[in-house]
Amino acid sequence: MTNDMPILEVRDLCTTFSRGGVALPAVRDVSFNVGKGEVLGLVGESGSGKSVTLRSILGLSRRYGDVTGDVRWMGQDISRMPERKLRQIRGRDIAMIFQEPMTSLNPLLTVGMQLTETLKAHTDLGRAARRDRAIEMLDHVGIPSAASRLEEYPHQFSGGMRQRVMIAIALAANPKLLLADEPTTALDVTIQAQILDLILSLADELHMGVILVTHDLGVVAQTCENVAVMYAGRIVEQGSVRQVLRTPRHPYTVGLMRSVPQDVPPRTQLYSVPGTPPSLEALPAGCAFAPRCQNQTEACLSARPTLETISEGRAAACFNPMAIAQGEVA
Amino acid sequence: MASIQYILKRLALMVPTFILVMIIIFLLVRFLPGDPAVAIAGDRASDADLEAIRERLGLNEPMLVQFWLFVTNTLQGDLGRSILMRTPVTDVIFERLPTTAFLTVYAVVLSLLIAGPLAFVAALNRGKWPDAVIRTVFQVGLSMPVFYIGLILLTFLAARLHWFPVGGYGDTFGARLYHLFLPSVTVALYTSAIIMRNLRSAIIEVLDAEYVQFARAKGLPNRLILGRHVLRNALISTVTLLGLSIGGLMSGTLVTETVFAVPGVGRLMLEAIFARDYPLIQGLTLTFAVLVSVVFLLTDLFQSSLDPRMRLS
Repeated sequence: MTNDMPILEVRDLCTTFSRGGVALPAVRDVSFNVGKGEVLGLVGESGSGKSVTLRSILGLSRRYGDVTGDVRWMGQDISRMPERKLRQIRGRDIAMIFQEPMTSLNPLLTVGMQLTETLKAHTDLGRAARRDRAIEMLDHVGIPSAASRLEEYPHQFSGGMRQRVMIAIALAANPKLLLADEPTTALDVTIQAQILDLILSLADELHMGVILVTHDLGVVAQTCENVAVMYAGRIVEQGSVRQVLRTPRHPYTVGLMRSVPQDVPPRTQLYSVPGTPPSLEALPAGCAFAPRCQNQTEACLSARPTLETISEGRAAACFNPMAIAQGEVA
Repeated sequence: MASIQYILKRLALMVPTFILVMIIIFLLVRFLPGDPAVAIAGDRASDADLEAIRERLGLNEPMLVQFWLFVTNTLQGDLGRSILMRTPVTDVIFERLPTTAFLTVYAVVLSLLIAGPLAFVAALNRGKWPDAVIRTVFQVGLSMPVFYIGLILLTFLAARLHWFPVGGYGDTFGARLYHLFLPSVTVALYTSAIIMRNLRSAIIEVLDAEYVQFARAKGLPNRLILGRHVLRNALISTVTLLGLSIGGLMSGTLVTETVFAVPGVGRLMLEAIFARDYPLIQGLTLTFAVLVSVVFLLTDLFQSSLDPRMRLS
């Protein structure tokens, strides 16, 4: 945990898309901080608003929907900053890597071009220096014979290698915060751990903060200091990873934890949270998780629990939180 | 870049195409109603005169012999003598072809100049009024026949306002640009409507692509995102469309050259058909077939220079 001033503060972030005149509340009242060098996990099922949260921080959601709330970068509100100024922060201070390495690199441009154009936008380096830096970055993310691969195109790289290229591009201008949107989901299981290790060791080496979006609490347990659990566009529980995983308060967090297979004998059915997430067009009036919840009561169906602070940096949004049983260890 | 080997392979693949084209041309011309001898000698010619003309033109030979002569002569670069002009068909075509080529290239350039920027404006303002205005105007252009637009332009801009010449074409490059402006605009209005629609939807699709989002996340300036990332990707499908529409573009010149009295191969084709000038029709059709094939090849080469995934295939 870092006690310095947070580098990123997100307050009451709301992102609403509209489809055919119907408002889709993709992100609602999301607030969190990221400290210097901190790794924050953002967890939830598909469609819970994790990716949209990241894109809204960088201002990428603007052109598709309505974004409100504050996003403060180093104390400066960037949520209403004009594109022209915001692009100085994108890539230079806050970088982002995407989920799909297959579709996130431009198929028509060489890897070298896609790397150096970032450097050209954010540094004073000359042509030759940019090239050297590009080779250095590819080398750094573990791409063999980097110099000879600058002239190659994305389709000449494997999925894992493309994700490394994307990391190299994102980190080329030495950002202070990396937004990683499920960076390993699209990769082979054997490659996933390598890429995750790479991101975290680079973050450590460059004293860079990371927001790691994932649906895997197991990954969070191994890599993050703090975690926020999202459901249907809202944060339902947040706190330090140690606390949240040891004494989860929200039934949904418990469900996610049980979904991570641990020490299970062969041929046992794996656990999954019953039911499916609600569609954004028809959110229930009360708690969005109520229809799938084991602790559901009358109150859950009629009113929505707010995110209540439990202790310093620890909060949950539930009327009937899980009891903190003696000796219960996650 | 595409290899020489690839180009040679593509050229070899054109041979069967041309054999087929020659068979079709030959049969088509023979089955056209009307008698070329009558067309040459006139309605009042005696039977003996007509017979003499048929004999001179080889029209009395059996079909297979005529076809054999056609193929062997064509391969030697001899397309026969035009019945109408009384000069070798190749001379007539080579004299007229540059004009049509100039007109077609001029029209394509104008189409791109008109359609490109407007497609960007429409795509970037999707669903708003500039998009609606641009799409409506092009829809109107697309639903009017080429010759009709040509006549309107000719009547107002040339005949009434005297801004442009009513016909013909100049000697110098500048004079040609001036003389062929209205015919080119006429053709371009139609093709630019097609290009605009295609390019607009391609740009809209590419704007939402993940690699464009990633380019934004990298903090690139907007003009670089649009020019380097969006345009190049959007152009791929548009170039294909442009290549495929070259046939339509040529039929467009056929009408336009007639309306504007431009001495190109399009108008020549019409004259040849009316006069039942078999050798000339055959020669022109073959020329069109060659041009279309060459344009297809050029389109593919341009594609592969744009898209590295299509190289060396």
